[in-house]
Amino acid sequence: MQVLQEFRNADLVHKLAAEIRRRVTRPWVLMEICGGQTHAILQYGLDQLLPAEIELVHGPGCPVCVTPLDLIDKAIAIASLPNTILCSYGDMLRVPGSQRDLFAVRAAGGRVQVVYSPLDAVRIAQENPDREVVFFAIGFETTAPPNAMSLLQAKALGLRNFSLLVSQVRVPPAMHAILSAPTNRVQGFLLAGHVCTIMGYWEYEPIAAQYGVPMTVTGFEPVDLLQGILKTVAQLEEGRVGVENAYTRAVTRDGNRAAQQIINQVFEPCDRNWRGIGLIPLSGWGLRPEWADFDAEKRFNLGPIRTQESPLCIAGQILQGVKKPHQCPAFATLCTPQAPLGAPMVSAEGACAAYYRYGRGLEQSTRSHSEGKS
Amino acid sequence: MCLGIPGKIVSVYHQAGLRMAKVDFGGVFREACIETLPEVKEGDYVIVHAGFALNRLSESEALETLQLLREIGALNEDEVS
Repeated sequence: MQVLQEFRNADLVHKLAAEIRRRVTRPWVLMEICGGQTHAILQYGLDQLLPAEIELVHGPGCPVCVTPLDLIDKAIAIASLPNTILCSYGDMLRVPGSQRDLFAVRAAGGRVQVVYSPLDAVRIAQENPDREVVFFAIGFETTAPPNAMSLLQAKALGLRNFSLLVSQVRVPPAMHAILSAPTNRVQGFLLAGHVCTIMGYWEYEPIAAQYGVPMTVTGFEPVDLLQGILKTVAQLEEGRVGVENAYTRAVTRDGNRAAQQIINQVFEPCDRNWRGIGLIPLSGWGLRPEWADFDAEKRFNLGPIRTQESPLCIAGQILQGVKKPHQCPAFATLCTPQAPLGAPMVSAEGACAAYYRYGRGLEQSTRSHSEGKS
Repeated sequence: MCLGIPGKIVSVYHQAGLRMAKVDFGGVFREACIETLPEVKEGDYVIVHAGFALNRLSESEALETLQLLREIGALNEDEVS
């Protein structure tokens, strides 16, 4: 589809940026929920095209960042057991646990296998009938259908050596948490386009109305992102509050019903801890009772897990948009992608990694450190 | 992880009881499960996450969006001139 290239068209990008400048009359704080969008915004320099009045703060939509530390420690404990294979999306391997990360487990001889699709983990279980294969099923609504499908497939194939370590989270409860926090500054949201392809956007309409905060379903190309910003700014400037769709080629109000059915066959809503943020009621999905036999937390007796976070890392404040990565004293000095203290510096969706990679805030960080030393 | 990649379905088949497709990502071919998109067929564009096609891209919607955006630009140019 040649037309998709047009969503990177430089002329359109500049026209949209000009239109945003024309429409803005006062300061607005917008949050993009999705870490993939944070990276795209910084990669294309869209933040630098916006007028000074528009401040973008970065949301919690980084799956490995919000996976709670005790579950990472459990994954590490499972991978360290003899006769197990832990399968995971690649981003997770360098996320720091309390003592070490999954890479360190692998280096020490543990079987940790990176998979692209959860179905690859099912295949690994088929090929290794004498080993327990555990898939670390993390992510937001986008990974829920693939993760759920892996269990349906394992059951259909009669596999008894396959289980899931589940850390499945949902966007809307996190938005409630952000908007009801006393520190909240967010006045408008760019909704995560690919989450909405699955779930639709009807469930955001009551949230927009309750908090008086306009929202726009937004895609991932430069033109999509600026269109999302423009539609949100237009609502703010005109005093309108609603949920608009700037990603109509991929998103409908109802979402993908077949994918939702697959999710509901395997998962049900549950409370979840978000790393750095804390417990958010009904913010996750857990396995339904009939799938308890496939729950890795029940299958393995891991004993008590004692977690310990880095005392320096301010990931929780970063993930809620309260602070920017370069406002962390460890940013780009004690904490780098090569030696991360927290998950947002690791992931391809983490805000700290995006600031580091695309050079945002590095000067301020270095300057404040040299000032601090003098 | 939520970064889906758009690709074109070049063939549809069944494997281990699942509906699968071979998807062309600009010359790189990969397999994707299309169980959640019962209506997709060869030639359709889909966005793939974690080995699963989770939505079909609408070319007509894409064209309409671009048309609307070009009109915004054109209006501004009229105002400037």
